[in-house]
Amino acid sequence: MALLEVNGLKVYFHTRDGLVKAVDDVSFSVDSGETLAIVGESGSGKSVTCYSLLDLLPKPPARIEGGTAMFDGVDLLSCDANSMRHFRGNDIAMIFQDPMTSLNPFLTVGEQLIEPLIYHPDKTRIQTRSNARLRAIELLDEVGIIEPEKRFDCYPHEFSGGMRQRVMIAMALINEPRLLICDEPTTALDVTIQAQILKLIKQLQQKRNVAVIFISHDLGVVAGIADKVMVMCNGTVREAADTESVFYRTENDYTKKLLAAIPEGPKVMETRAQAGAPLVEVTNLKTYFKDYSKGVAGTQKRFIKAVDGVSLHIQRGEILGLVGESGSGKSTLGRSILQLAPITEGTVSFAGTQISGMSPNQLVPWRRKMQMIFQDPYASLNPRMTVYETLAEPLLYHGIATRKTIDEQVQHLMDDVGLARANMRKYPHEFSGGQRQRIAIGRAIATKPELIIADEPVSALDVTIQAQILDLILNLVERHNLTMMFISHDLSVVRYISDRVMVMNKGVIIETGDTESLWADPQEKYTRELLKAIPLADPKLERERVLSRSL
Amino acid sequence: MDRVILEKTDERGSSLWQDAWVKLRKNRLALWGLAVLVILCVVSLLTPWIAPYGYEEQDLILGATPPSAEHWLGTDIFGRDMLTRIMYGGRVSLTVGFIATGVALIIGVLWGAIAGFAGGRVDAVMMRIVDILYALPFMIFIVLLMVVFGRNIFLLFFAIGAVEWLTMARIVRGQVMALRKQEFVEAAYSLGLSQWIIIRRHIIPNTLGPVIVYTTLTIPSVMLLEAFLSFLGLGIQPPQSSWGLLISYGVETMEEFPWLLIFPGLTLSLTLFALNFLGDGLRDALDPRTSKD
Repeated sequence: MALLEVNGLKVYFHTRDGLVKAVDDVSFSVDSGETLAIVGESGSGKSVTCYSLLDLLPKPPARIEGGTAMFDGVDLLSCDANSMRHFRGNDIAMIFQDPMTSLNPFLTVGEQLIEPLIYHPDKTRIQTRSNARLRAIELLDEVGIIEPEKRFDCYPHEFSGGMRQRVMIAMALINEPRLLICDEPTTALDVTIQAQILKLIKQLQQKRNVAVIFISHDLGVVAGIADKVMVMCNGTVREAADTESVFYRTENDYTKKLLAAIPEGPKVMETRAQAGAPLVEVTNLKTYFKDYSKGVAGTQKRFIKAVDGVSLHIQRGEILGLVGESGSGKSTLGRSILQLAPITEGTVSFAGTQISGMSPNQLVPWRRKMQMIFQDPYASLNPRMTVYETLAEPLLYHGIATRKTIDEQVQHLMDDVGLARANMRKYPHEFSGGQRQRIAIGRAIATKPELIIADEPVSALDVTIQAQILDLILNLVERHNLTMMFISHDLSVVRYISDRVMVMNKGVIIETGDTESLWADPQEKYTRELLKAIPLADPKLERERVLSRSL
Repeated sequence: MDRVILEKTDERGSSLWQDAWVKLRKNRLALWGLAVLVILCVVSLLTPWIAPYGYEEQDLILGATPPSAEHWLGTDIFGRDMLTRIMYGGRVSLTVGFIATGVALIIGVLWGAIAGFAGGRVDAVMMRIVDILYALPFMIFIVLLMVVFGRNIFLLFFAIGAVEWLTMARIVRGQVMALRKQEFVEAAYSLGLSQWIIIRRHIIPNTLGPVIVYTTLTIPSVMLLEAFLSFLGLGIQPPQSSWGLLISYGVETMEEFPWLLIFPGLTLSLTLFALNFLGDGLRDALDPRTSKD
C-alpha cells in the first residue's frame, strides 16, 4: 500500500455566486521515494487538493464533500484538529511558493527553524534548545547554506530569495517528514536559482526516501524530477500517468495543449528590424538610486547602481529581448529609456531627438509615442475605472479621438486586442489575468506609439494564456509597425518573440546577439549558465541535467 | 484644452458614481440612513416655521416638566420646550457638523494627496506643518483665536476645520504613498497625463474607502467638539442652543430631569447611526469590487 492514497476527493466552495467544484473526484497515490507532480493552470484545483489534505482550507466557504485520504492507515480527511496538528509539519511538511512572505520577518531564521523542535505537540519529542540548534545548523548545511552557524542568527531579510527557499526547505525537513508537499516552490525564483532548488529537492528526496508531491503550473519544471504526473484542469484529473508517457505519448488533448504552449525550440524567421537610423539610441546610460540603509559607519551616501553604463540601439520594427535575473536592472533600464526613472548619466535619443534631460512638459508630446506594458495586470489597471474609461483616457487626452468618435475608437481598440465589445462597461476585477493584460495592451497601443517597452508582460499568466498574449503582441507589432523592447526573466519566452537578445546582469549588458546565434553559441559564461538552467520539457534529457547542474 | 476634454470624459465616464448610486439604492440600511439625515436637515431648515414654540420662550413658573401633551419632549428648568430647543439646536449642530467636516475633508484630502504624491522634500515640509499644528495645544489655539477675532460662528467652523483636517491629511497621505507605487499610476504617467489629472482621476478615487469611513466618524465628533467650544464661550451662547450644549446641560441635571439628557442624546445617536450606515453603504457602493447585485 502506498504511503498516501487519495480516493474520490471532492472539495466544493460554497460562495455567494454559487457552488464551485474546486476539486471533483480526484484520486491519486504516492509512495515513499516517489515524486508525484500535479500540474495545472491557476484555478485547476491543484493547490486546493493538497491544502485539503492538511486541513489548511478556509471552511467555510470550502467543504470537503467526499473521498478519503489514507496516510499510513489514517484518513486525513476525517481526523480531528488535534491529530491533524500531529501530522502537520511532522509527518507531512509543506513548502510554499513565495519564500519572501512565508518567513516571519521579526524572528531570526534559526529561531523559526527550531520552533517545531522545541514546541512540539508530542511532549516526548521536545528537544532542548542547544540540541535543536545543533540539528538546525546541520540541516542548514545540508540545504546548502554557507556558514550555517553564522546565518543561524540572521533575519530573513538578510537572505536572498533562493536562500530563503532553502531555509523553508530546511524548516520543512526538520521533523523528518515522510511526505513533502511543494506548492510551486520555484515559481518566484530566477531560472538559475530554480535549477539549484530543483536539484536540492531531488537530492534530499533520494537521500531520505521521502514522498514528494510537487505542484506546478509549468510542465517543463517537473520533467526532470517527477516520477508520475497528474494533469488537472477545472478540478478534475485530465491525465495521470508516469512522466515518460505524459511527455512522449500523451493522447490527452489538454496535456497536448499544455505541452504545445511551452515556447520552445528555434523559430526560423526573417528579422523584423528595418534598415536605417535606429529608433532608440542609448549611450552610456547610468541610473543610480540612493541607498539609505545604514552602513557600518553610520548613514553614508551610497548608491545602488541599477543600470551602470548601458549603450544600446533599437532598430525600427524589431523586437529586442532583454533577459536577466531579478535585480539585474532590466526593468530600471526600460523605465529609464521611457524617462520614468531618473537618469544619473548618459543620453537617450528617440527618433533622432534627445529626450533625456527634457522637462516633464517637454516630454508630453513624446510620451504618446512610447508606451509601456507592465508585468502585473492586476496592479497596472485602475480598479475604479471601467475598460471604457481606461482606454478612452489616453485617446481623449492626446486629442486622438473626439467626443463623437470616442465610442467607435474604443470599440476598435477592444477588437484589436481581442476583447468582446460587450465588456466595455466592466471593471478590471471582473476579468481574468489574461483579459486584463489585453486591456493593458490596448491602453498602450491606444496612442498609436512607435515604441513599446514590455516589462515581463506574460510572467504573471498561465502558460496557455501566455502563449495567446505572446501571439497577440506579435500580431500587433506587425500590424501597427511597432518597435518593441521585451523584458523578461524567462529565456524561452524571449527566444520565441525576439529578433535580437541582450543579456543583462548587475546593471551591465553582458552579451548581445541575434536570437538564434546567441542560443546556438553563447560567448559569455554567464549566458551559458543562464541557458543551461532552463528546464526542458523532456524527462530523459532533463533528469540528468537536474543532478548534473552545479549547486 | 486638455482640461475641457477631460471634463467631458467625466460626464461620460461618471459610471463609477452612477454604478455607486445603483448599488446604494439596493442597500436598505444606507437608504434608511440617508432618509433620516434628509429628514433631519429638512426639519432643521424649516424650524423657524414649524417649531411649536419660540426658542427663547421661557415659562419660569412651569420649570422643568417631563414629556406631556403640550410639551412632547418636556421642558427644561426655565420652562423652555425641549422639542423646540432640539430643533433649533439641530440647525447649529448639523451646520457645524457638515461644514466643518467639509472643510476638513477638502483641505485634508488635497493636502494629503499632494504631499503623498509629490514625496521627497515637499512631502517632508507639508507633513512637518501638520505635525506642528498637531502639537499646538488646542485650548491655547482657541483662546488665541478668541482674543484676536472675538466670538463668531465662522470662527467656530475655522477652528474645528483647522484641527480635524490634520488626521485626514495623514490618512490620505498614507494611502496615496501606497498608491503612487502602483503600476496603474505609473501607466498614467507614461501616458503623459498631467500630475493634477493623475491625482484627481487615479489617486483620489482610490482613497475614497477610508476617507468616507473617517468622514462619517468625524461629523459626530465635530458636533461634540462644538459643544465643548460653546461651553468655553467660543461658538454659540444661550439662549441659542445646539445638541452638544443641550447634552452637556442635560448631564448636569441628569438625576432630577433625565429627559433633558435623554432626548438630545437620542437625537445625536440617531444622526450618528444614520451617518455610519450611509458611510458604510457609500464605501461599499464606491468599490467596484463589491458585486452589483
